[in-house]
Amino acid sequence: MAAVQETVDRVRRIDVDQYRYGFETLIESDKAPKGLSEDTVRFISAKKNEPAWMLEWRLEAYRRWLTMTEPKWARVNYPKIDYQDLYYYSAPKAKKTVSSLDEIDPEILKTYEKLGIPLREVEVLEGVVRPPEGEEGSGQRKIAVDAVFDSVSVATTFQKELKKAGVIFMPISEAIREHPELVKKYLGSVVPTSDNYFATLNSAVFSDGSFVYVPPGVRCPMELSTYFRINERNTGQFERTLIIADKGAYVSYLEGCTAPQRDENQLHAAVVELVTLDDAEIKYSTVQNWYPGNSEGVGGIYNFVTKRGDCRGNNSKISWTQVETGSAITWKYPSCILRGDNSRGEFYSVAISNGHQQVDSGTKMIHLGKNTTSRIISKGIAAGVSQNTYRGLVTAHRKATGARNFTACDSLLIGDKCGAHTVPYVEAKNSSALFEHEATTSKISEDVLFYCVQRGLTQEEAVGLVVNGFVKDVLQQLPMEFAVEAQKLISISLEGSVG
Amino acid sequence: MSLLEVKDLQVRVDEREILHGLSLTVNAGEVHAIMGPNGSGKSTLSHVIAGKPGYEVTGGEILFKGEDLLEMSPDERAVKGVFLAFQYPVEIPGVTTINFLRTALNAQRKARGEAEFLVPDFLKKMRSVAGSLNIPMDMLKRGVNVGFSGGEKKRNEILQMALFEPSLCILDEMDSGLDIDALRVAADGVNALRSPERAMVVITHYQRLLNYIVPDVVHVMSKGRVVKSGGKELALELEASGYAQFEDAA
Repeated sequence: MAAVQETVDRVRRIDVDQYRYGFETLIESDKAPKGLSEDTVRFISAKKNEPAWMLEWRLEAYRRWLTMTEPKWARVNYPKIDYQDLYYYSAPKAKKTVSSLDEIDPEILKTYEKLGIPLREVEVLEGVVRPPEGEEGSGQRKIAVDAVFDSVSVATTFQKELKKAGVIFMPISEAIREHPELVKKYLGSVVPTSDNYFATLNSAVFSDGSFVYVPPGVRCPMELSTYFRINERNTGQFERTLIIADKGAYVSYLEGCTAPQRDENQLHAAVVELVTLDDAEIKYSTVQNWYPGNSEGVGGIYNFVTKRGDCRGNNSKISWTQVETGSAITWKYPSCILRGDNSRGEFYSVAISNGHQQVDSGTKMIHLGKNTTSRIISKGIAAGVSQNTYRGLVTAHRKATGARNFTACDSLLIGDKCGAHTVPYVEAKNSSALFEHEATTSKISEDVLFYCVQRGLTQEEAVGLVVNGFVKDVLQQLPMEFAVEAQKLISISLEGSVG
Repeated sequence: MSLLEVKDLQVRVDEREILHGLSLTVNAGEVHAIMGPNGSGKSTLSHVIAGKPGYEVTGGEILFKGEDLLEMSPDERAVKGVFLAFQYPVEIPGVTTINFLRTALNAQRKARGEAEFLVPDFLKKMRSVAGSLNIPMDMLKRGVNVGFSGGEKKRNEILQMALFEPSLCILDEMDSGLDIDALRVAADGVNALRSPERAMVVITHYQRLLNYIVPDVVHVMSKGRVVKSGGKELALELEASGYAQFEDAA
């Protein structure tokens, strides 16, 4: 358990007010004027050299957004957001498309270095070990990074190899220009522009994000990953990601985020859409570590995300794995629409709240096809004065005969000032559906901690050990690269929660 | 110098005094048995020595190797060589026994400034210790005590004792919940750890355990004090006549 030891060491060195990733990079920005109007939408669209149909799509979303009201049903409290007081677009200045990392602003590269995710490492990996043709999983695993720095993708690597496999992996802004037929067909087909307040806002002003298309029968030759980072003061970040796995295709996508420390709250309203056709599979993993606010609860990211996958084809599968440790407020329900017969949805989640964080997260499993199955494993950990809510919906349509779901929601409380809440909605509209729901809430027991310290562990080491045991089922779902990082984040985020 | 010296120890729990001036001296190489009826303060004594929170020491002192034990945190005491075999070992789901043992052993070694065990060396050491206690590797791959039988839990405690090599072992009601065969296995494990450098304090209700772990000294506790001490024959005497005769003495 060396990793646990390491995380505990790190915990000691860090406290809430010394958020490790709280630094800014000094780069000139290219900003849209403050506030939101049709002009802002036009500005963004023009910046991206978008075709007319895309601008229309955005404007339609914007007009609809004006008629909507912000949802209030989540168990979170925050001051009213002034949407006219935000910037909706900012991009690092002046750089054109680059063919190698050398052409990227060294400031940006430095930022990634501080984060411990150097792009260079990817290059080195690329150059050093290359698995033999047609042999997957042998040798070193490779990760392709489409780095999103603020709103624009500044580097895209591994393009050639992906191209050889026929995989399209590019910033969505480029995909709109280069693959309009695919974007038109799938964008908004899972999360329609009218879906919800934040998704509609995103549709109007989304800045950039990733686009992935894996053609029929192709197993994507590497893990795809994107690192998000909010860097511009007062800039809302509106990511838009669209991943399509065509018939029989497979892709695993990783996403990780951190953000610098600041006092103003930052709005983040991303939309992620996944589509799997017949026999296809998408595995989507997230490690989220945005600035949670300081020990008084000031600052921190507002994270209002809409993530949804559509198992459109028969025998297709979508799996969400998330480790949520950051943000002041999290409002996030990665969901699966199980449309195809025999399709399968999975949701594995660790949501940690400490300090003044508020988490309202969960999933929706919507069973439409026959013999569809879903599995939900949710681990909520609340410490400090935080509130942690699991909110989930499992529903079987009238025609979804043989639908099956298993749900296990476990909550762990650390200290006596935090709260854990479980709000499951279960609906079966046909009698052959079989839904199981298990939920537990436990306090981290004094007896367990004493047992550990009697064996020589310090109090904080003991908490780290017990918590990592609690979330093990979920961490096992993460790709190797993230599992270690996630384990570190979990211990860091619980620093100062005992003693 | 004695290994453990408890002098006139007074302990309260929730304003109620449980130990009223208890004294006990244990030398290295000795095995002491502490017997007494329910509520006489046996487990309280073991918890206070190990440093469990929730007990208020209002008087007296505990010296371990001449140092003030009450000034140390529970993990520091463990590092110094105090080991408590729990009456009810806790379960830690998701943490495999192997990882737990290695994490704990290395935490102790690090705190003492010793080199930490690398995985292969640790596994080698653990295999030999587990083998001698008849503990299969399968059991060690399960979560700590999760789904263990009573006998397995107690063997896991003894396994830790053997791995950590503490100088003071306190065994709290080791016989509770064990059938006679499991008891024999556990006792054999304990006996194998007897050494001139190590002392043991065996807490029990019944004389039965002492047939397997033969003590050098037997103490009788009643109402928060040691009321009588003697050789191993004292345990037999108790078995015959019960604790009632000591109730008045307390």
